[in-house]
Amino acid sequence: MNTEDESISMFSGIAGIARRDLLLAWKRPGDVLNPLFFFAMVAALFPLAVGPSPEQLKLSGPAVLWVAALLSMLLSLNSLFLSDYEDGSLDQMLVSPIPLSALALGKTLAHWLTSGLPLVVVSPVVAITFQMPFSVTGYLMLTLLLGTISLSLLGSVGAALTVGLHRGTALLSLLILPLAMPILIFGARTVSLVASGDGVAGGLYFLAAYAVLTLSFAPFATAAALRISNE
Amino acid sequence: MWKFIHQLASPPHFYRIAQILIPWLAVPGLLLIGYGTYAGLFLAPMDYQQGDAFRIIYVHVPSAYLSMLAYMTMAVSAGIGLIWRIKLSHAVAAAAAPLGAWFTFLALATGSIWGKPMWGTWWEWGDPRLTSELIMLFLYFGYMALRGAIDDTSKADRASAVLALVGAVNVPIIHFSVEWWSSLHQGPTLIKEGGPAMDPGMLYPLLAMILGFTLVFGALLLRRVRAEVLFRERRTRWVKDLVLSGGN
Amino acid sequence: MDLSMGGYGAYVWTCFILAGVVLVVCEWRARLRHRRVYRDIEVRIKALGDSQ
Repeated sequence: MNTEDESISMFSGIAGIARRDLLLAWKRPGDVLNPLFFFAMVAALFPLAVGPSPEQLKLSGPAVLWVAALLSMLLSLNSLFLSDYEDGSLDQMLVSPIPLSALALGKTLAHWLTSGLPLVVVSPVVAITFQMPFSVTGYLMLTLLLGTISLSLLGSVGAALTVGLHRGTALLSLLILPLAMPILIFGARTVSLVASGDGVAGGLYFLAAYAVLTLSFAPFATAAALRISNE
Repeated sequence: MWKFIHQLASPPHFYRIAQILIPWLAVPGLLLIGYGTYAGLFLAPMDYQQGDAFRIIYVHVPSAYLSMLAYMTMAVSAGIGLIWRIKLSHAVAAAAAPLGAWFTFLALATGSIWGKPMWGTWWEWGDPRLTSELIMLFLYFGYMALRGAIDDTSKADRASAVLALVGAVNVPIIHFSVEWWSSLHQGPTLIKEGGPAMDPGMLYPLLAMILGFTLVFGALLLRRVRAEVLFRERRTRWVKDLVLSGGN
Repeated sequence: MDLSMGGYGAYVWTCFILAGVVLVVCEWRARLRHRRVYRDIEVRIKALGDSQ
């Protein structure tokens, strides 16, 4: 096999597994919708707990939306490899001629399309309830777009490490949350800075650079973790 | 030299050599800590801004430094174990994690106690280093939780090694982001451009403490690795012979 | 020698004592683990020896 064929098989592998996961998600819309409802509900908890003062909500809005998005991503990550592990598809992937890292990337891509992207799309609606101006909402969506890519990729490593373990959900959060802190810091703080009229470029560059970094490392770490978990 | 390293990686040799090595690390380490404690508490001149409260750095800085060193030890040995499949290396990683967590806790506690007279509060979110240490503690907890969740030792070794490596890539990024997140606190005092800015009378006890803590950490690590090796090799011939002969 | 450290004594001494406690606990935990593993192996070898 020459390199061109290899790269074709790799890309068709990524696209193929992503398409399969998207079809599965289409058949079970609850898997996509539940994390979104969770996102909206967590965001609704804060005004109820803090009080209805618009000034306070305006100040805490970026932080609340980002924390809610982070938790919602964690919720959906748990099932990333679970069904494949249970029905044996994972064994097939391990022996497939397509590199496992490519398959992991395909699954992560599908995960981002079904959980990260919907969050980005829904976030403006929730942002309205936090009195967020439209100019700021654009930046919220942009930071969420970049941040959820990194979260999906980083989370896929954690999901691969914990697949098949008892009580994997709590463990997954324990593994991923500390690693996700930089994403949260730059995502939420950048939106806050925009809201208070300060410069934003630094935070956006960081989020973009972090997304590229995770894109180049995470698939390989996920593949290694899947091999270890599925013995 | 290569032969020596190869021999050291074999569990029985390591087990024996470590026992010989421990006092050679522990005794100078404890002497240095003794000198550093005495000099730091009584000989070093008082800081003109912080008064005597600055003396807390003589335990805070070494423990904060060790929390990093332990993570590096853990990640590097986990990586070596993962790539070259050296079992001893995984034992070192497993032993380094709880030690690192203890020193991270110590760094947090002393930093917090230092913060009370300095900032008037036990916890200041505005201090990037304290916040970094807290995230560091969470990283250690995650690593140990993953290890604890997997029953099979070899599987736990490799899974936690992947996590340690991902964490090692993230540690500098976490520091950078927390630094960016807040810059309220005084700058680094130990290493400034053009040499340390501290008075030598203040600096030497600190250096003694750092070196002493590192040596004692080495001794503690070796002792933990010995226990870990003994556990992992519990079904082997050499362990049986060792225990039958009443050796330690 | 001023043990009150100009009013900061309680903070300073707590930190140094805490550091000592952590070092002792680390050493003690390591020894404990070693002793437990060693004893388990002893018991197992004995049990095997008796059954033979």
